[in-house]
Amino acid sequence: MSDTEDASAPQSEPLDLVRLCLDEIVFVRLRGDRELKGRLHAYDSHCNLVLGDVQETIYIVEDEEEDEEGTVRTVNKQSEMLFVRGDSVVLISPQGQP
Amino acid sequence: MLFFSFFKTLVDHKVTVELKNDIQIEGTLKSVDQYLNIKLDDITVVEEIRWPHLSSVKNIFIRGSVVRYVHLPAADVDTALLEDATRREAAQTSARARQG
Repeated sequence: MSDTEDASAPQSEPLDLVRLCLDEIVFVRLRGDRELKGRLHAYDSHCNLVLGDVQETIYIVEDEEEDEEGTVRTVNKQSEMLFVRGDSVVLISPQGQP
Repeated sequence: MLFFSFFKTLVDHKVTVELKNDIQIEGTLKSVDQYLNIKLDDITVVEEIRWPHLSSVKNIFIRGSVVRYVHLPAADVDTALLEDATRREAAQTSARARQG
């Protein structure tokens, strides 16, 4: 493989997509039915993240007895600066929407 | 190494650690290591009524792997510096991957 820097091979590895999202709004899906939307300030190869002005959405299924499908309640939380541990991260998407 | 260095800059600041079992612990960050294990002083548990079992504990060690979030004081984070450091680390990591 050539040893020239990024300019010749944009998006040569998956995390390059994340690199292009720095200082942009990203959508992050986490384990445990959680989603985040916020400005990406830092990441590493474990997908540890630092996000600014984050909105967290938690989906809570409330099952009603013998009903085929329970209703889903969402809880929203706001945080000004948040470190997210990478082992909870499922996906990172560039646009504000999934 | 990026986040290890980052957390070292936040030593002696107030943070809130949210664990994977939903407990939130607020305290002063006293130290951090390469695994992002965390030591907190003067802790209080957010929603103490729900989680009363730590009410007598004053300082704790948290294993890095049980952390979900760390809520940080935005005023103490230099976001431009953090983004530069991230780009530098990303360049290093991919250069190493290309060699290996």
